[in-house]
Amino acid sequence: MKVSVQAQDFDAGAEMRALSCDPKVGAVASFIGVVREVGMTLEHYPGMTERALHKIVQEARSRWKVMDCTVIHRYGALKPTDQIVLVAVASAHREDAFAACEFIMDYLKTQAPFWKKEAAGWVEARASDDKAAERWK
Amino acid sequence: MKVKVLYFAALREQLGTSGEEVELPSGVATVAALRSHLRSRGGAWQLALAESKLVRTAVNQDMAQPSAAITAGDEVAFFPPVTGG
Repeated sequence: MKVSVQAQDFDAGAEMRALSCDPKVGAVASFIGVVREVGMTLEHYPGMTERALHKIVQEARSRWKVMDCTVIHRYGALKPTDQIVLVAVASAHREDAFAACEFIMDYLKTQAPFWKKEAAGWVEARASDDKAAERWK
Repeated sequence: MKVKVLYFAALREQLGTSGEEVELPSGVATVAALRSHLRSRGGAWQLALAESKLVRTAVNQDMAQPSAAITAGDEVAFFPPVTGG
């Protein structure tokens, strides 16, 4: 299980290949969040952010058969088309990999302390994100 | 009894500080009571921490409800609803 909160970009292909080294892995599901339209600066809470991501990954492992998992989230100044976040989950079969990946992303959106600021100001939290997280309760 | 208080994102900007040590008056033993105590400073504090504002809190780096207890040496953070991902 790998959790990284970092300023630098990541190589999603390399990260996903690393998850499929184990011959027992039959599925790797992934999500990449990308900066859309306008640049932004991402602030986080050093220490708590990593801790929150680890807790979300643990929760996913308790619900699905997750063999390995990588969560990378960037902070700092990002411009349109930059990658923001990678969630990749390895499992024996696709059902567990898809579900765990979606769950981790939904929880990350509402539980992990990150805040986006665009030129127009701080981005407001969206009720639809709370709803997305609620359905896993 | 002292606690370390941290502020993030829009709250940090509105309050003009990223954190401070706060001496808790007797009777202030929960996140909600601390928020109310800080609000009593008036000005930006009253506005940014107003009851109508959505403010999330963490105690020792775990998300915490307003009723969560706080004790000496705790790290208490106030911040807006998160917007990562």
